[in-house]
Amino acid sequence: MMDLQIKQVYFSYFDGLVLHNINLSIEAGEMVALLGPNGSGKTTLIKLATGVLKPSQGEIRLDGSNLSRLSRKSIARTMAVVPQQFHIPFSFTVAEVVTLGRIPFLKAFAGESAVDRQLVTNALELVGIAELRERRFDELSGGERQKVILAMALAQQPKLLLLDEPTVHLDITHQVEILELVRRLNAEEGLTVIAAMHDLNLASLYFGRLVLLKEGRVSTDGTPAQVLTEDRIKEVFSAAVKVEPHPVTGVPHIVVTPKGSATKRR
Amino acid sequence: MLIKMRHRNRLVLILFLLGGGLVVALLLASAFGVVTISLPDILKMVLNKVAIFDFPSTWRAVDETIIFQIRLPGVVGAALVGAALATAGVLFQGLLRNPMADPYIIGTSAGAALGATIAMILPINLTFLGFGLVPMAAFIGALVTVTLVYNLARVGGKTPLISMLLAGFVVSALLAAVISFMMSVSDRLGLNLRSVYLFLMGQISVTGWGQIVVIAPLVIGGIIGARFFAFHLNAFSLGEEGAAYLGIEVERDKILILALGSLLTAAAVSISGLVGFVGLVVPHAVRLTLGPDHRLLLPASALAGAIFVVIADLLARILLAPVPIPVGVVTAIIGAPFFLYLLRRSRREYAF
Repeated sequence: MMDLQIKQVYFSYFDGLVLHNINLSIEAGEMVALLGPNGSGKTTLIKLATGVLKPSQGEIRLDGSNLSRLSRKSIARTMAVVPQQFHIPFSFTVAEVVTLGRIPFLKAFAGESAVDRQLVTNALELVGIAELRERRFDELSGGERQKVILAMALAQQPKLLLLDEPTVHLDITHQVEILELVRRLNAEEGLTVIAAMHDLNLASLYFGRLVLLKEGRVSTDGTPAQVLTEDRIKEVFSAAVKVEPHPVTGVPHIVVTPKGSATKRR
Repeated sequence: MLIKMRHRNRLVLILFLLGGGLVVALLLASAFGVVTISLPDILKMVLNKVAIFDFPSTWRAVDETIIFQIRLPGVVGAALVGAALATAGVLFQGLLRNPMADPYIIGTSAGAALGATIAMILPINLTFLGFGLVPMAAFIGALVTVTLVYNLARVGGKTPLISMLLAGFVVSALLAAVISFMMSVSDRLGLNLRSVYLFLMGQISVTGWGQIVVIAPLVIGGIIGARFFAFHLNAFSLGEEGAAYLGIEVERDKILILALGSLLTAAAVSISGLVGFVGLVVPHAVRLTLGPDHRLLLPASALAGAIFVVIADLLARILLAPVPIPVGVVTAIIGAPFFLYLLRRSRREYAF
């Protein structure tokens, strides 16, 4: 089990402050979506949580240890990251890419063991791409590639999975498949999940806790019902939307109406 | 058939075949030259030296001197140059994720050439461990230039690879201009243009075992060191950030990989000048044939590079004998068409 504590974190790039005094406590087994407009700091916050960016002030603790003091290897043994997309210049097969996920566990001159190979096979089956095993990664569609990257992350056997807009370039089928799988792993194996999400409705449907960012600050942090209100969305996204209960699940569902549309009579 | 085999068996088989190929290439290259010496005789001579064998001598004493004092140091030198450049090429291509990357890309070649050119005009006659001033200056010039490029590209504790490519390109252009300037006033400097030309084209210049004894440990140590980074390089296929997610200490390993690649290149350049095409083409060819996993790519490229330069050096020596052709000319003339052939028939394409 893995928890992540973000305490009074500030972050700035060369040209200005990007995150202001972020405080988030994410407990083991939670499934959290980071929401917010472009430039609100979602991706930066994910990168801080991975440790590849270091806070300008404040600290991030992974299971009690200061993240910036942990070696990359020990981080990679508990945390896996799925970015928006990976560009892989060489022609690896799918199995070879997924095997990369075992790197944090391999010794320099040894090959992967039977256990490692089994974990790769399991990850491929879990994501439902076992039949792609010997295909070349660069020949796959965007949705298939993203599944391969997810399988690679799962081959790391992470306790914490970070996703940076994992479904942003995908069609609806792949979006749903990936989120369904992540939710299942969260429910069945207690995998802690933190994802930057673009699509408010998918976030509402799949995540129990939403953190809404505005201009580098946490605007609201709570359940979908608490966060996705018409007022909040107008304030943070400057978008006038209607929020209705989802017809099946009852979570907030955002409805966009084009300007000047005639009201449909029922 | 090779693809279906279990990973480890396939690796052993391929390296065994390439190793055998290298032995054959070394023997062939030892046999031909100004005088031809028969292959069985060479085998017997070598076995007499290294093992319990005691074959009766069916050859002239002078042949034995030619083989041991001239041919073998030369062909072993060629093999070391090829292995070093191909390995460095894999390291730089893997780290930089750039198809045009070769061992010379971040300034080693220009630095070595400038060092060598300056050494040629210095009125100093210095020898150290069997090396004259020119190879030493080439070795040092290569390493100093890479250090300079690395530091120029360094911003705020990080060295973005793309900055390093650009800094390498610019520094190389600057140093090349200095060399051109020196060549243009060669009369006043007392610079022998032919020597500069031969250095730039590449010419295996091993005069005895003394140089091999120094270079071989560097190259072999460098290749073993490079193999240590096979997983790291596989991880770097995902880019710097992706590598970090897989547990790689990116900035530290970047320095180590660059240092290894530069050391291998400097070692090669010090005994051969700038042999082109090996470090670019051999890694590509091996990757297209065997796939991009660095665990196989690194040792296979080292062996293939060694075979390639040994054969190229042989052709360079015998085609217009007794006048040698610069070996870099031969590597380009046979390397380019071979690479184009591979590129066109390969199923494994590039997605750079």
